[in-house]
Amino acid sequence: MTAAEAPAWLGRRVPRIEDAALLRGRGQFVGDIVRPGMLHARFVRSPVAHGRLHSLDAVAARRAPGVRGVFTAEELRPHLTSLDLAVAMPAGAIRHVVNPRVLAADEVCYAGEAVALVVADTPHEAEDAAALVQLDIEALPPVLDPGAALEPGAPRARLGCADNLLARFTVAYGEVAPAFEAAPHVFRDRFRLHKGGGHSVETRGVLAEHDRVDDMLTVWSSAQMPHRNKGVICAALGRAEDRVRVVAPDVGGGFGPKFVCYPEDVAVPLAALLLGRPVRWIEDRRENFAATTAERDQLWDVEVAADAQGRLFGLRGRLLHDHGADTPYGIALPQNSATNLLGPYVLPAYRLEISVALTNKVAATPTRGAGRPQGTFVMERMLDRIADELGLGRDEVRRRNLIPPSAMPYRTPLTTRDGAAMIYDSGDYPACMADALRLAGYEDFRARQRDAREAGRHIGIGLSNYVEGTSRGPFETAAISIGPSGQVVLSTGASAQGQGTATVLAQVCAGVLDMDPARITVRTGDTAAIAQGLGAFASRQGPVAGAAVLQAARLVREKALLAASHLLEAAPEDLELVNGAVRIRGIPADRLSLGQVAQVLQGMPGFPLPPGLSPGLSSSVAWQPEALSYANGTHVAEVMVDPETGGITLLRYLVVHDSGRLLNPSLAEGQILGGVVHGIGHALLEETLFDAQGVPATLGYPAYRLPSAPILPRIEIHHRETPTPLNPLGAKGVGEGGTIPAAAAIVAAVEDALRPARIRITQLPVTPRRLRALLAAA
Amino acid sequence: MSEERFPISVTVNGEPHRLDVPARLSLADLLREGLRLTGTHLGCEHGACGACTVLVDGASARACLMLAVQADGRSITTVEGLERAGRLHPLQQALADHHGLQCGFCTPGVLMTLVELLDASPSPSEAEIRMALAGHHCRCTGYQGMVEAALSLSGGAGTDR
Repeated sequence: MTAAEAPAWLGRRVPRIEDAALLRGRGQFVGDIVRPGMLHARFVRSPVAHGRLHSLDAVAARRAPGVRGVFTAEELRPHLTSLDLAVAMPAGAIRHVVNPRVLAADEVCYAGEAVALVVADTPHEAEDAAALVQLDIEALPPVLDPGAALEPGAPRARLGCADNLLARFTVAYGEVAPAFEAAPHVFRDRFRLHKGGGHSVETRGVLAEHDRVDDMLTVWSSAQMPHRNKGVICAALGRAEDRVRVVAPDVGGGFGPKFVCYPEDVAVPLAALLLGRPVRWIEDRRENFAATTAERDQLWDVEVAADAQGRLFGLRGRLLHDHGADTPYGIALPQNSATNLLGPYVLPAYRLEISVALTNKVAATPTRGAGRPQGTFVMERMLDRIADELGLGRDEVRRRNLIPPSAMPYRTPLTTRDGAAMIYDSGDYPACMADALRLAGYEDFRARQRDAREAGRHIGIGLSNYVEGTSRGPFETAAISIGPSGQVVLSTGASAQGQGTATVLAQVCAGVLDMDPARITVRTGDTAAIAQGLGAFASRQGPVAGAAVLQAARLVREKALLAASHLLEAAPEDLELVNGAVRIRGIPADRLSLGQVAQVLQGMPGFPLPPGLSPGLSSSVAWQPEALSYANGTHVAEVMVDPETGGITLLRYLVVHDSGRLLNPSLAEGQILGGVVHGIGHALLEETLFDAQGVPATLGYPAYRLPSAPILPRIEIHHRETPTPLNPLGAKGVGEGGTIPAAAAIVAAVEDALRPARIRITQLPVTPRRLRALLAAA
Repeated sequence: MSEERFPISVTVNGEPHRLDVPARLSLADLLREGLRLTGTHLGCEHGACGACTVLVDGASARACLMLAVQADGRSITTVEGLERAGRLHPLQQALADHHGLQCGFCTPGVLMTLVELLDASPSPSEAEIRMALAGHHCRCTGYQGMVEAALSLSGGAGTDR
């Protein structure tokens, strides 16, 4: 911040500008938008996990009341550049290119894969007619277990792929074998780490309308990355970029799955084009379970080497990842798991061999945390194992391995997925953990635990540290425009799913222009508002879009001051921008509103603009972070376990986190709270199940269990603020850190509660049944 | 469209309506599609997520599990009916003040449940508030801001409309 700016809005608990409409039920989610003549779509989906689709009989469906069209792959194919959707994030390690298809043509590869699209006057009619579509599918043996998938002679998950090994790669550095030979202690574990879905309360939805007057295809989509969806739609339909607009209106939560561009995102707009009518599809919850991507299983087989003091020598092993049937989002998920394992620790040698298996299930793509919780879980639990085996405190083992603040910036021996060095930019990990232990009363816990045990209560404590690479590039955009009305319009490629994106970006802008953030109109998630943009992923929008807004606002400010200097006949340095108006220092009466400045910069026919100025009071910036910035934190969980029932009660949950400078503490806390609760679900509740034939067995709630209010303790959040040098705001991302260490801390606490029984929890989620089984075997 | 329709009389947010509705039309679809009151959201359509919660004669109900014909003769309150003379209901204001909403999709249903709770028992405990919220899914907030919002009004500090 320069001294002339008013930083007053940053770091404050500014009320959300999003709330006024949402509280009144006036949000505009995709399902709330109605266009004239709008029709309704329903997808026909494969009932089996794998099969040959021999034929599809839609005669009865086409004759059903209200039906306007039934589309199969063969009918859509002539209107598409390809039936395949171009893969996002290709990676060299990928052996089979298995793009999702707009509709399955001759082979179905997971239960829930779309094979036809029915469009009718009402949703009821579309659903009735979809049920009349007859599928002739020859069932093939489904590939469900990722381990069996890679056995020689295994059935193939996709007939077009020679085997089921989608990718194999190694993340490694250091002298691993010598480290293990030299280490006095080696411990081995196998983990089966399930993670569930995104489960935004709003499902997906797409509404497409083609305007014949200007040949504009507008698509409203509950999407995290509308600019990329637009790119995929343009490529699939062969349309010019200026004839497709994608809008993410109000979006009812994202959490990862909505950054995938799905087959429905292309099929629905194409149906609208072919029918010449707007078409809306709202995913139902069963479809969300079956056809929206989610995380699933990772099998880790690892061993850790340490000395007698608990110092890490090395870690090595294998990770087997259940990938699913196609690749809408590369292999980022297991890559993140592998690289995030390091966490805030000095690990001298590391080798992880990762195998990614094709299976006949919906694709696994990142949900909140994006594979990092699993890597963190493995490291944290191996540290606990070292502590327990060597009779050391779990906190002490961590203390001995944490990267010291003097080592910052700390260059890890790893690279990020773009090939750049993975460098932790800033943070004080030992101080962060010390804060957490002090605030949690960790020192006193053993006494409390003894007292509780005497009273018949089994309580335990667990802790977990994490780092998270945030603020991923390559860029985010911001454009600020002020017209003669004086209204400040801030457009950005960032997209909003509840984070408070509009509020926090308005705060940044308001600080530079010295005005109330509530007076700024923020346009997010609309490709018509700004040409380029990326959107919501990798905990990035506050810092990355925020930095773009900061620069864009500074440009507008400088321009306003320069223009006003001509108009007020004063030197720019004698001017100040106060409360949204330019005035001469010391002469408050001599002022020009930003609208008046904008009026002049709009020009008058035949009259020159003030010298040295271009038209318009506006600016446009794409800010490119030079590297990831790393947030960090420590979580402490306290639980009570009932050994009879296996029931686990969360007694206390404490977070100390450092995501750099806080732009709005309330919004940051909101991100952490939601993230922690997602992590609690990951630890204890959430599990997507399939039957023996690969058909989803969890197709609703509470078969799939989400965290609910009564099971949650009050979550305590404490902030540390180590500004990152990589961002002009000093801010790091905060979207996923809440989830990353949660399962490790909770599971550690459960084990601790059951001492002296030495149980070792290696499978998530820890259900009462699983816990009882472990206790019975102990 | 030849589906048989049935006449109903229903009051929604104080306004009487006489409508002919198909037997299978849910109350939620009537509100959203028929009356364009889209504040009542659909998150699961099987009665689990609570986003569609409305008040039926003052009692909370899942609008996705109730048929429009069952609303005959009833008085329905939706989120659009909470505001009075341009002023937010105290609970709406409290949710904003306590960061009790993020994406806002579950918020209308949560509001209706908490309005019912505070109308029935003006001083609920935190445990009672959490139990009332048990029927709602929120993936954004961890429910904490909602609990704090309701607690801030507990004790008769302003549950009147």
